[in-house]
This record gives sequence, structure tokens and C-alpha cells, in this order.
Amino acid sequence: MTLPDVHAITEPGDIALAADGITKKFVSGSREVLALRGVSMKVRRGLVTGLIGPDGAGKTTLMRMAAGLLTPDEGKISVLGIDATRNSLEVQSSIGYMPQRFGLYEDLSVQENLDLYADLKGVSLNDRPGRYRELMTMTGLGPFTSRLAGRLSGGMKQKLGLACTLVNPPRLLILDEPTVGVDPVSRRELWSIVYRLVKDEGMSVLLSTAYLDEAERCDDVIVLHDGKILGSGPPNSFSGPMKGRTYRVSVPSLKNRTLQERLAGRPGVVDALVQGEAVRLVMKDAGLQEAAKLMNGMEGALIEPVAPRFEDSFISLLREDRPAAVQSEAATGKIASAAVSKNGETIIEVKDLQRRFGDFYAVKGVTFGVRRGEVFGLLGANGAGKSTTFRMLCGLLPPSGGKLSVAGVDLRRAAASARARIGYMSQKFSLYGNLSVRQNLDFFSSAYGLSGIRRTEMIEWALRQFGLAPVAGSTSADLPLGFKQRLAMACALMHAPDIIFLDEPTSGVDPLARREFWRRIDSLVEHGVTVLVTTHFMEEAEYCDRMAIMAAGEILAIGSPSEIKSLARTTELPEPTLEDAFIALITGKTEGAAA
Amino acid sequence: MRLRGLIRKEFLQVLRDPSSIAIAFLMPVLLLLLFGYGVSLDAEHVPVALVAEQPNADTESFAGAFRQSRYLSPVGMPGMREAVAAMNNRRVDAIIRLKEDFSRRMRSPDGAAIQVIVNGIDANNARLVQGYVEGVWSKWLQSEALAGGRPLDIPVQVEERVWFNSELKSRNFIVPGLIAIIMTLIGALLTAMVMAREWERGTMEALMVTPVTIREVIVGKLIPYYILGMGGMALSVVMAVGLFGVPLKGSLWVLFLASSLFLLTALGMGMLISVVARNQFVAGQAAIIVTFLPAFILSGFLFDISSMPAPVQVITHAVAARYFIAILQTLFLAGDVWPVILPNAAALILMAGFFLGLARKKSRKSLD
Repeated sequence: MTLPDVHAITEPGDIALAADGITKKFVSGSREVLALRGVSMKVRRGLVTGLIGPDGAGKTTLMRMAAGLLTPDEGKISVLGIDATRNSLEVQSSIGYMPQRFGLYEDLSVQENLDLYADLKGVSLNDRPGRYRELMTMTGLGPFTSRLAGRLSGGMKQKLGLACTLVNPPRLLILDEPTVGVDPVSRRELWSIVYRLVKDEGMSVLLSTAYLDEAERCDDVIVLHDGKILGSGPPNSFSGPMKGRTYRVSVPSLKNRTLQERLAGRPGVVDALVQGEAVRLVMKDAGLQEAAKLMNGMEGALIEPVAPRFEDSFISLLREDRPAAVQSEAATGKIASAAVSKNGETIIEVKDLQRRFGDFYAVKGVTFGVRRGEVFGLLGANGAGKSTTFRMLCGLLPPSGGKLSVAGVDLRRAAASARARIGYMSQKFSLYGNLSVRQNLDFFSSAYGLSGIRRTEMIEWALRQFGLAPVAGSTSADLPLGFKQRLAMACALMHAPDIIFLDEPTSGVDPLARREFWRRIDSLVEHGVTVLVTTHFMEEAEYCDRMAIMAAGEILAIGSPSEIKSLARTTELPEPTLEDAFIALITGKTEGAAA
Repeated sequence: MRLRGLIRKEFLQVLRDPSSIAIAFLMPVLLLLLFGYGVSLDAEHVPVALVAEQPNADTESFAGAFRQSRYLSPVGMPGMREAVAAMNNRRVDAIIRLKEDFSRRMRSPDGAAIQVIVNGIDANNARLVQGYVEGVWSKWLQSEALAGGRPLDIPVQVEERVWFNSELKSRNFIVPGLIAIIMTLIGALLTAMVMAREWERGTMEALMVTPVTIREVIVGKLIPYYILGMGGMALSVVMAVGLFGVPLKGSLWVLFLASSLFLLTALGMGMLISVVARNQFVAGQAAIIVTFLPAFILSGFLFDISSMPAPVQVITHAVAARYFIAILQTLFLAGDVWPVILPNAAALILMAGFFLGLARKKSRKSLD
């Protein structure tokens, strides 16, 4: 007697969702976007399948098709054995789907939202009290049933959205980016709920995410990029081939950024990225010798093998997909900044900063200092007060209290003169979408008061430096996200500021574009520019020299990434990640408050 | 159960959203007060200059007749120079000149002439003033003749009687029309905006993945806003009758049925707009341009349709408010006049069917 192979995906009963050759095109104006190009995939029953890829990869399109909300141009998609396109109503009554913004009515209370979805999903009145109780215990929303959904924190909204989706236990749960922008504690809680659903209720889960570290929490991973599937399988099938190819290197005499710059782009190197005080190196082929060879001539070089992460394999998949495309020169070129390298002097000083909206404190008692030539990060979930702090630093929002000086200027008095030395790149890259790349540069350079030869020079510099010359005539709204981000960055730098503020600069762009972006930042920093950056990507905080962790308008900790990580070091957890540290800080704070 | 859930949700949202309440209840009150008190198409107490070049008992008696009129308020001026200056400054809207030989010629067989100069900038007003002056003049002549025991040699006596709005108050005519405007606002503008809001906030996507049918989504919007619209109408009727003393001669059930028909048409237009417009700004603009403004201008609410240029008159047939306003004005001022109500109601039935049907056909449970 032979036992069936556990991984054989042949029996249709095993499959919760199957897509076959899905193609979907969207037309907006004169522009055509191929969102999915011949995607075939399967979601196995009773497991968590992660759909992973950057913004614009086609994740949402695919999920909406599975929910019967979009019709594929070509191909077939079946959910629980039902054709999702033809019998969408039937599919919709047996799945749970949570859209990106959770689909909550913000002016209804928690209970009213639940009632609405229970009505819509036909949960009988007798079953409700029991089901509500279960969901409230699971999500911890029990004490807040009469609160309006709009007044909940991001993490609570996410859980309410999930509860509404689960009000009638679905057989397949589809979650579209459920963890984006919520704090790490809520993220962890969501994952533990998802695991429990799979284990106790036998649910199948399809979940999309842009956080690569979440891939490792899935049973199966499907990597989607540019509407194509780059790979699929259990996470270890991705990290397996990476074995022996990942190292942590450091050289005492070199700064981490300098080392990274030397390693990146060398033959045989797939990826080199700053991680704390060291550099994480990913090689094309396995073997310590290859990696060690790179370090020749660097005195005291330390090289140790580390466990591969999902991101490593994602990067190498991407590099295979488009080998030379984005690997433009790390060209520092001549930064036209007037900044003098007087590193060490404090250039931004914030003391007891407060900002109140009505009786709500968006920022309270924030104090920190940033030295010239430093990369300083503000890390926190949506609603932690990062952007509010930023807007005050840029003189866009008057503070309600506290002291604030940027480049030696008190922002409460002379915001305009400080602003001339500041470059600001706002969330979502505020560009004029219907202007061309060159017109945007023209506009921003004139807005910053550049004229004549200087203006022409700066525009040429920006086009060259940011690889925008080939698209100078294109309408900026039609550009891929990575290009928009570069253009926004170029616009913020037109007047050669010595301090730049970047608000969520890499949110949604793919990891290659993010790496390239940070290389540009690094080259600016080399020339004495000070960088302040906000992010909700924990990994991204590794690029910072120092950072502040924010939650609910307050700073929980300030320090270098390794200092912050060490806060969470315990015997059980000798190598904590930043996320671990963040969670330790938040839980420590609430426990402290409870005590 | 699903429909009940949707309707309850909609009501909760209306109750919690100040802007819906404002459109449904504050706007009617505001419009009624504004149009009821502020806008009047009648001319009252129009200042006129009265120039008697040689004041005497006759001119004084003539001036007295003017002082009694509630439409005109005469200001005595010593000469034409002052009167013209007052006209140029727009202090008076007309000049009435009694020449120095007024008394003498009045008693001659040919009779005396008076000169009336009217400011023609506002043509409508000018015509009204002219009419009033002539009215006062002929009345005065009549009483003079009676007093003098002489027969009046005017061959035809005009005995005027106005039907249906016997007081000739423009308010009685405007206020019923306002009900159509208010219902357009609630039916089309508010409905299109709340649908767009669901798209904007991503709740529509969440609704669509539940087993609701698109019919339920539509009906779940129609019922609450139908009720809201009828509430707005009831409020307007109560204010019209109670506050402004507009008569309501027709029967309430006809008013109810006609309003329902019109409201369904407006709701249909609102739903149709929301099929195309998925953000509140576009939905609001579209609703104002294709429903509110036509209802305001091309419906006979303020401007008489029969005096519009022929091509514009043709266009007014596509404006649903036109039929409803015809019914409303008849119901309020004349009564249940079936020959007017029935054809207009038939037009409304057709339009309601057309818009609701098209909205149903065009909305699909899909994000494509």
C-alpha cells in the first residue's frame, strides 16, 4: 500500500482556489495597463497562502477576480469548485473577503457594522449572540462595541474588518493587504487569529502583503510581480536555494554605507544592504570563498554566514527577471548641495513638541535632536504621529506647544527662511500628474526660485542623476511607481537643500527600487546632507543611523538600530529584530501603564 | 433580511452625517425662507417722482390717489431737473410729470395729458410700474368724474378679475415650485453623493462581495432616500401652508402620489449619475448640472416656459421638474384639475420608469 504524496496537488478537493491563464487589461484614458498576464495559481485547502509582491503587481486584481468582482479578459478562475466569474453570487456566499481599507462604515458603531454584515450574509438571529461573542473575544473588541468604527485605531479597524468578514464563517478567507500600515503588535495579533482560524475552523486563507518578512509566516507563497508569477511554493522552497549564499560582513575601518557601496554591483553579488552596523551580502552562488574574495584587501574584514530570508530570494528572483533594468550606476556625481561637511553639529532640535487637534493629541511631548549628515528615522504605525511631526518640522503646521528649530532657525518665527534649506517629499509623491517629467522639474525649480543657467543645470542634473532623461517627455501620472518616486525626490532636491524630509518615501515600491532609492540617499548623506525619514517598514529602519520609535504621538525609544534591538534581547531571543523590539517597547509601555 | 440591514444602515448614516441632514431638512427650510421672504416678483412701494409744475388742488388730489396705492410711493419734486437727477441716481424708478396747464386742460373737452417716464433697465419692473401708474390714473379719473357729476368718456370699462391666485402674490406661485427643487436635491444630489461616498471609502467593494444582489443595493438606497425626500416635501408643504399662507386647493393624496412619482424620477437620475461618477466631487457637479439647474431654470419654476425661445422650450420637455411643477402649481392654486394633472403625471411615470430602468440596467455587481 502506498501513501499518497502529501504535496501532490492533483485531487480537486484539495484546492480552494484555482486560476488558469488569467489575463486582465485596464484602460484609463489613452493608457493601457496589463494588470495580469497569464497568471495560473492554486490555493490549497486548510492552509495560509500568501500573495506577495509590490504595489501594482496585480495582487488586488487577482483577489477581486476570485471574489467575483472583476471579469478576466482571458482565463478561468474557480473558487471552491465554483466558477467565480459566472456564478459570482454563489462564490460570494461562501467566501469572506476583506478589501484593503477594511470596508467599514466609519459612522456606524462596531456593533452596527457587525449587524449590517450579519444581515447581508444571512446569519440567523439565533446564531448571532454566540458568533458575536466568539468574534469579540478573538479580536479583543468586546469593550468597544458601541464605539464608532471611525474612532478606532488602525489596528482595531483591521480587526473589526476581519470580524465583519468572519461573521458568517467562510470556507475561504481572502484578505487584501490586511497588515499594511498597522502597528507590529496588531500585525502579530492578526497573524495569530489567522492561524487559529485555519487550525480550529479548517479555513483556507489567501492573503496578500507587501511586507516580505510575512512570507515566512505562510504555508505557501506566490510571488507576483508585474502581473506575472515569479515563483510559488512553501517559503523554504524559496530560501532553500539561497543556502550558503547569505553573509553578514563588516569592516572596522569602513562605515557600513561605504562598505555597502563597494560591494553592491560587484560581479557575483546579488544584493548588498545596510543592516545595522554591518552589511548583509547575498551572493549569486553558494560558497564562502566567493564572498571572502570580495573582501580581499579590506583590513579586519569579518564575514559570517547568516540564515537566508525570503527577501533575499525575492531580490534574486527579481534580478533574474530583469537583470540589468534597474541596476543603473550608483552614480553619486557631483551633488550640487552647498552643504559643508561639518558632521556632528546638531541641526534639528525638537523639544517637548506638541500638536493638538481638538482634544486629541496627535503628537505629545516629543523631544529629539538630529546631527548634520545623519539619517534619522521616525518609525511607527499609521496614526503614530510621524507625519504630523514632519509637517511641523517643515513649517507646514504650527505646533501647539514646545520648541522647534531647524538649521538654527526657530520655526515658530521664521518658517520661510528655514524652508529654503529644506527639501520635502510628501507621502504619495505629490506631483502634477498631468504634467510631463520635465514640466514638473521646471515647475518645482521655479517654485524654489531658481532661474537662468542654474535652473537649466539643476534640471539636467536631476534628469541625469535620477535616470529620468529617457522619460523626460512622458506624463508623470503614467510612469511606474518607482519612476514617480524618483521624480518626487528630484523635485524635492531642486534647490539643493541641506536637510531633506522624506515621508514614507518607499511605501509600495518594489524592493529593487527601494534599494536604488537608498543608494541615492546614501550618496547625498556622503555629501553632508541630513535626512529625516518616516516609515512603517521595520526593515527599512535598518538604513537609519539613528531612529525614534513612535506610538500614539509619543516617542518610545531613540537610538541606533542595534541599540534599539538590544532593548528586546532576552535569553530566549538572542537576535531580536526591530519588530521584536518595537513590540517589546509597546507591551512594556502598556504594562507599565497598567501597573 | 439583507434589505432590512441595508436600509437600517442607511438611516443610521443619515442620522450621524450632518451633511445629509442639512440637505434633507435644513436646505428646504433655508430655501423656503429665502424664496418665501426674499424673492418676490411683485413690485411694491416703488418710489416714483411726482412733478407738479404748478401745484394746485387738482394736482394735490392726483398725488393723493398715488399715495393710497400700495404699489407706488410718490415723492414730490419741485421740477424736472431734480426728478431726472433722482432717476439717474436710481432713487426713483419713474417720473410722473403734470404740466403747468394740467388743471385747465383737464376741464377742456380734450382732457389733460400726463407724462410718465419709466426706468427701462429692468424691463419686467418697468412694465409693472407702467401698469400700476395707468391703473391709478384711470381710477383717479373715475373718481374725479363721479365727484364732478360728469359722465366719464371712457368707452370700455375694464373689470379685472384674476383667477387661481387672486391676490396675485408671486409667493403663492414660487413656494409650490420650491418643493420640486427640494426633492431634486434630495433625490438626485444626495443620492448620487452617498453612492459615490461608498465607492470612495471602499465600502462598496465590501458590500459587493457579500451575497447581496445589485437589486437589493439599489432598493436599499431608494427606500431610505424616498422616505427622506417625502419628509422634506412634507416639511415644505407644512411651511408653505402654515408660514406663508399659500392655499392648498387640491387633495393631499394627489399631492402625495405626484410627489412620489417625481421623487422616483429624481432618485433614478441620482442612481444613474452614481453609475458613472464614483467620487463625491464629480457626482455633486454632475447632479447639479444635469438635475438641479434645469429644475431651477427650465421648469417654469421662476421663468415662464411659454416665453422662452422655441428651441429652449423643446428642451424643457426633458426636464422632469417641469411636469411636477405644473402639477404642483395646479394643486396648490387651482385644485384637482385632472386635464392638467393626468398628462403631466403620465410624463412623470414614463421618466421615472426610464431613469430607474436605465440605472438598474447599468449598475452591475462588478468593479470592472
